[in-house]
Order: sequence, then structure tokens, then C-alpha cells
Amino acid sequence: MANDALNVDHVSIRFNLSKEKVDSLKDYVLKSITRQMQFDEFWALTDVSFKLKKGDRLGILGMNGAGKSTLLKVIAGVFKPTEGKVTHKGKIVPLLELGAGFDKEYTGRENIYLYGAMLGYSKSFIDSKFDEIVAFSELEKFIDVPLKNYSSGMKSRLGFSVATVVEPDILILDEVLSVGDAKFRKKSEQKVLSMMEDGVTVLFVSHSLKQVRRLCTKAMILDKGHMLAFGDIEPIAQQYEAMVGPEDDDDVKNKKKSKEG
Amino acid sequence: MKKYFDNFWKYHYLLYELVKKGIKLKYRRSYLGIIWSLLEPILTTTVLTIIFGTLFGNDSKTFPMYILTGRLLYSYFSSSTKGALKSIRQHSGMIKKVYVPKYLYPLSSILYNYVIFFISLIVLVLLGFYCGVFPTLRWFAIFLPLLILLVLSFGVGMILATVGVFFRDMEYLWEVALMLIMYSCAIFYYPHRLLKSGYSWVLTINPLYAIIENARAILFGDPINWMSMLYAAVFSLVCLLIGLIVFRHNQDKFILKI
Repeated sequence: MANDALNVDHVSIRFNLSKEKVDSLKDYVLKSITRQMQFDEFWALTDVSFKLKKGDRLGILGMNGAGKSTLLKVIAGVFKPTEGKVTHKGKIVPLLELGAGFDKEYTGRENIYLYGAMLGYSKSFIDSKFDEIVAFSELEKFIDVPLKNYSSGMKSRLGFSVATVVEPDILILDEVLSVGDAKFRKKSEQKVLSMMEDGVTVLFVSHSLKQVRRLCTKAMILDKGHMLAFGDIEPIAQQYEAMVGPEDDDDVKNKKKSKEG
Repeated sequence: MKKYFDNFWKYHYLLYELVKKGIKLKYRRSYLGIIWSLLEPILTTTVLTIIFGTLFGNDSKTFPMYILTGRLLYSYFSSSTKGALKSIRQHSGMIKKVYVPKYLYPLSSILYNYVIFFISLIVLVLLGFYCGVFPTLRWFAIFLPLLILLVLSFGVGMILATVGVFFRDMEYLWEVALMLIMYSCAIFYYPHRLLKSGYSWVLTINPLYAIIENARAILFGDPINWMSMLYAAVFSLVCLLIGLIVFRHNQDKFILKI
């Protein structure tokens, strides 16, 4: 138990998908009177349990809508599980949709402090790392420009640089190794790889089995919210390959395009 | 309890950043910037004084001061609760992606409006010189009603923030409610006539009026109405308690609605 970095214990999560969106008082009153409040229960995750030791790198495999992103968000603390619980040791850095906390009226400089605060950094820490963040993002010239004038690539570069400036204990990656242009992509991949070498625990979602094989030591298969398999990378990867068929490069590109929301 | 405090302490810097953001962005891209928080009360008080002072014959020399006190306190309550009401939806982008204690969003809206409100209190002192009401040591007592006002706004804000997530209508309903509250706060009329009529309960049940009444009493050197002060304090604490419970009970459902 002592050296478990992450313990996901019988986690289930349920969403109520109302058939029609009920968010006005009139709708609510009318529909509860006429008993038309219908909810479709939808279990995005059902009874998922696993443990990771420090330094484990877990690849999460599964089709679109299998619950991969939901699982990452539960671990990151954004969703609260309906049942079960998640315990972890140390600092989690979620690289999910980078720069979600940015304010577009704020300049790059101000956003570094805002986003950093949101990730739980202290002011003195951001002060000390400020130059490093700016240098890594290569946005020196634009740091005092409001974010609304940034391109989307510039925004994700800034987001990546802020989020990765700490030494995390657990790193959550949702196909973010495709940030910015080719040059920055290489640089960010290198940064993630060097973090991995430092023995950080990694959770990684990707549609590319190749990438998972290359980066991960463990893997799991999710299907419609159920955990089908969990274990060392090679047997699981073979099982997944048997499920979906061998992947060719065209397939990978298509899947990347239709990345799930 | 300690757990909550530790968690709050961990994110106190974020609260500071959110408050700073609220203040900075409110006046960004306007030429006069923060000066508006002084200018705006002066201008509206001038208008109100001309209308209600001249047309309705309230020619007391301190009448502008009377109006400004009521208006400043009311407009703080109004803008901070409106901000809290929208705060969750406004920050939905962050809530969906990063874990942060969610009460920070309504709280930051309450606090940054409070800072702006304190800046605009400077106008009150200046107007006092014009009206012949000079600062005394007794003025420091005003922090008591202002503290109650903060608690009241936070409590109401937390309730509204929760309800606002589930019903968008609340934004419009609250506008109407605020108008009613404004008219029952005796901001630009003297309350004697209303008190003599059968409608005096409109004023006595209104905790915001109790706060304004006592703030005025302190500024003008009249005796404090301790009964109404106590009423406002209890009312505010009850609001805060309900707000915290309702918010805490529902906060995990927010993400499914925004």
C-alpha cells in the first residue's frame, strides 16, 4: 500500500442525460407537473479499480466514448465519482485542454499568474519560474499582449509551459503531445519524456497503439465504461490489437482527426 | 474543519488573483479607469439630488449625503450579488478542466466589488465636507454595518450562485427583485412618511435598509438603532449558513449543468 502513487477504488460515475435540456424555471415547473422530467441514466464508468505504483506509466486504450477522458477527469478531481473513491499521493498535473483557465482580456504575463494560481502554485513560485515559463513558450515578444490576440497555437504553448514548470508526481496526458508547430511539438515531447525519466507516474490516453507501446509500461482497456483488462503493456496491447485489428498509418490519422470531445 | 481551512489556504493565492482580475478587468480599456468608481457615484447622486431634492422639495443641506450613503451600499449589494449569480457559469471553462474549490468564484465576485466599494467611499468623505458633515472618530463604527453588509452579500450570493446554475431565469428574476429591494431601502426619500403609513413593515423586514439606516446614523451622528442592527446581523448570518449549505450540497452537480 505504502508505495501506491494512485489508488482508484471501485469508481463509478453516472450522468443524468435529460432528454431535453431543462434549465429554465418554466420548463422545470411544467415538466415536473406533467411528469415529463425524463432522465436517461448513463454510467460513464462502472466499477473501475486499479492501483499504480510510483513510476508506472499507464496507457488507457479504448474506442471513442469508452470513458477514457471521464476517467482522467475523475482522477484530476474535476468530476466527483458517484461511487467509490480516488486517492493519490503528491502533485497531479493534468495536461487536459491546456490553457482552459486563461482569460482573453488578460495579457500573457497576467495569465501566467492566473493559470498558475489555478493549478495551485504560489506567487513566489511563479515569480521564480516566470522567466523559465516564458522562455520555454518562446513568447517573449508577445508576453504583454492580451490573449485575445494570440493564435490558438500560441495559447497552447503558453498553457503547456505553465503546466509543466513544476515537477509533478502524477502527470495526466490526454493526447496533448500535439501542441503547436512541429518544432514545439518536438520540444514538448522531449519535456514529457524527460519528466518520465525522472520517475513520474503517468496516465496517458491515446488512440495510437504505437505511441502507447513506446511510452507506457502498463495498459488498460476501457469499453463502454467497463474496465476489460489491466496489466503489463505487451499482453494488453496484443489483446487490444485483437479487438480492433492491426492499425495502419492512415487509420491513425483518421482517428486523430475525429478526436473525441 | 481544519481540512477546509487547509484547502482554503492552499488556494488563497488563486482567490487573490481572481479578485485582482475582477478589479483590473472592470475598468480596463476605459480611459478614466478606476476613477469611474469615484465619478459614477458622484454623477448619479447629482442626478438623484436634482430630481428628488429639487422636484420633491427635500432641500435639506445634507440630502446629497443621505442619498449617496444609501446608493453606495445598495449598489455594492446589487453588483456583488449579480456577479456571484453569474460567477459559476462565467468560469465554466475552468470548472470543467481544473479542480478548484468552487466557492472561490462567487466569493471573488463578492470581494472584488467590496474593494471597489471601499474605494468609492472616498467620495462620501469628500461630499461630507461639501454638506457640512465632518469626519469624527465615531465614523469608524461604520465598519460594523459594512461587515454585516459583506456577510449578507456573501450569503445571498452563494444561494444565487447555486440557483443560477440550475435556472438561467434567476438572472432576470433577480433584476426584478433588486428593483423591489432598491425601492424598499429608502435610498432617495426620507422614510418618515412610509413609516407612518401601514406599509412600514416593508422597511423593517429589509435587512439592507437596517444596514443603510445605521450607516447613516453613524455618519450623521444620530443614535444607532441596535435592534435593527442585530436583526440585520442575524439575518445575514442565517443567509450565509443557508448559502454555504445549499452550495456545498449542490456543487458536485454544477459540472453536469454548465
